[in-house]
Amino acid sequence: MGKTLAEKLISSHAGVDVRAGELAVVDVDGAMATDATGPLALRAFSEMGGQKVWDAGKVSLVIDHASPALNERISNLHAMLRNFAREQGCHFYDVGEGICHQLMVENAHVRPGDLFVGADSHSPTYGAVNAFGVGVGSTDLAAVLLTGKIWLKVPESIRITLTGSLPPGLATKDLILFLVGQLSISGGTYKAIEFTGPALEGLSLASRMTLANMSSEMGAKTGLVDPTGLELWYDWSPTVPDEDAVYAESYTFDVSDLSPQIAKPSSPDNVGDIDEVLGTRVDQAFIGSCTNSRLEDLHMAARVLKGRQVAPHVRLIIAPASKRVFNLALEDGTLKTLSEAGASFITSGCGPCVGTHQGVPADGEVVISSTNRNFPGRMGNPKAEIYLASPAVVAASAVRGEISNPVEFLAHAEQGWEIL
Amino acid sequence: MAGTLVGKAHVYGDNIDTDRIIPGKYTKTLDLSQLAEHVLEDLDPDFRRVVQPGDFLVAGDNFGAGSSREQAPLALKSAGIAAVVANYFARIFFRNAINIGLPVLEVGSHDIQTGSKLELDLRRGRLMDHTAGRQYQAAAMPDVMMRILEQGGLVNHLREHGGYQL
Ligand code: SF4
Repeated sequence: MGKTLAEKLISSHAGVDVRAGELAVVDVDGAMATDATGPLALRAFSEMGGQKVWDAGKVSLVIDHASPALNERISNLHAMLRNFAREQGCHFYDVGEGICHQLMVENAHVRPGDLFVGADSHSPTYGAVNAFGVGVGSTDLAAVLLTGKIWLKVPESIRITLTGSLPPGLATKDLILFLVGQLSISGGTYKAIEFTGPALEGLSLASRMTLANMSSEMGAKTGLVDPTGLELWYDWSPTVPDEDAVYAESYTFDVSDLSPQIAKPSSPDNVGDIDEVLGTRVDQAFIGSCTNSRLEDLHMAARVLKGRQVAPHVRLIIAPASKRVFNLALEDGTLKTLSEAGASFITSGCGPCVGTHQGVPADGEVVISSTNRNFPGRMGNPKAEIYLASPAVVAASAVRGEISNPVEFLAHAEQGWEIL
Repeated sequence: MAGTLVGKAHVYGDNIDTDRIIPGKYTKTLDLSQLAEHVLEDLDPDFRRVVQPGDFLVAGDNFGAGSSREQAPLALKSAGIAAVVANYFARIFFRNAINIGLPVLEVGSHDIQTGSKLELDLRRGRLMDHTAGRQYQAAAMPDVMMRILEQGGLVNHLREHGGYQL
């Protein structure tokens, strides 16, 4: 009997052959914590008797969730991480470097074939580079820092096969929102999701990250994107599932007729076609997060915004995924286009995604956002409503001041988003 | 974690996510009493006032969906919650709760009402609803989780064993 990708990746780190349902203690190739989860993890590490992390070269700490610090309580937590990183000699990304998941991929801390543990729920993002990324809380992460290992239950897998090709003007975000709507926010609970099929072969790394990232919104343990067509800037070899692997569930969707998708308040699986909500007034538009703030996302927004203006009553806020993304967008003129259209920029990091600062909406306001969660209070105010969509939908809605279909904005829609 | 736990039920619905258990704006702290202060405030502003030490939180499907914040089970524990019962849990919440020594129980389905008197025999995974006269059998937990829970959490487990005891 063949193995799923999850079974292969876990077996290769367990040193024995394991199958869905079995428990394994696995060697970890990398571990990451942020300013949201790191402080509790470091405290637990020291309570466990930890002195030195198991391998400083495999540990990263990132300040992104409340960055730069908005008060002295948080600056002191940041200082705690900074000091720990200095003492231990582990990787450290300070204010403005970017969002944790972006940095792990960009700096190749996570690579194909790896098993990577992140103290953040969107760690399945690493499935974009053919790695098993799993999210944990602070104490689990502390145990990894101490031992270099974690215990896992080998998950059953769901296979999602995607055929056809996305219509012009649509983005991978539309695709993953559609899937979250189909499977629901608990559809992947305790399971791994494998994404495969011809619709994925031409996808960029950035798009693959968007896809894997929102496996979390289905409750999945990890999300693994078929590496066929994946291009990386270093040498690597793919791990693929066996043809006779056994799946708990299998689905096939043709994506050719999809229209832009939107998650309505207040759950990421409350998804519908954009037509259902066209014309809804918006007060704030946000392009950011580990889901959608890479260069291709900014390009997408710039195509919509070029030569246009954000509606007077709308605040358009943009947080590029990393300093590297920011600099690339600076060099190629994207930032100029966005700025002239009326966008304002905030520090590369999580920004308003997690409701701590930098754009908390007022009572009764409506936010359209390229992020991944719209639970009540997610952006810091339970009396505001959040819609989730692609960066193109966010940009189009910012221009019109109401939820709008970006496809109408494309003069040469057949060219797709790549051309600025 | 010996013996049985007895407490009153506070019942909520399906898909209670971690943003509703403890909003992200309150999570950046090491002061657990701060977490307890804001626990469930967007879902039920009265919860903080009525909860008594030893009470049970009872929910439907997929409790604890969303973020990896361990501050969610910590907030519940610091507010006095002795155990969480749900049809089933989101996986990171489940691990986090065990890791901090907060008992969690998956019962598949239930008709427990707010105010009911519950008794939990953790070792046997048995939950009594004394008010309704019903008994529930929880899904078995992997041995390693039971061991971590009985030791009061993963910190103690590692301090004692230096590694995971499957
Ligand atoms: S951008 Fe949002 S979802 Fe992503 S890691 Fe930051 S807070 Fe979490």
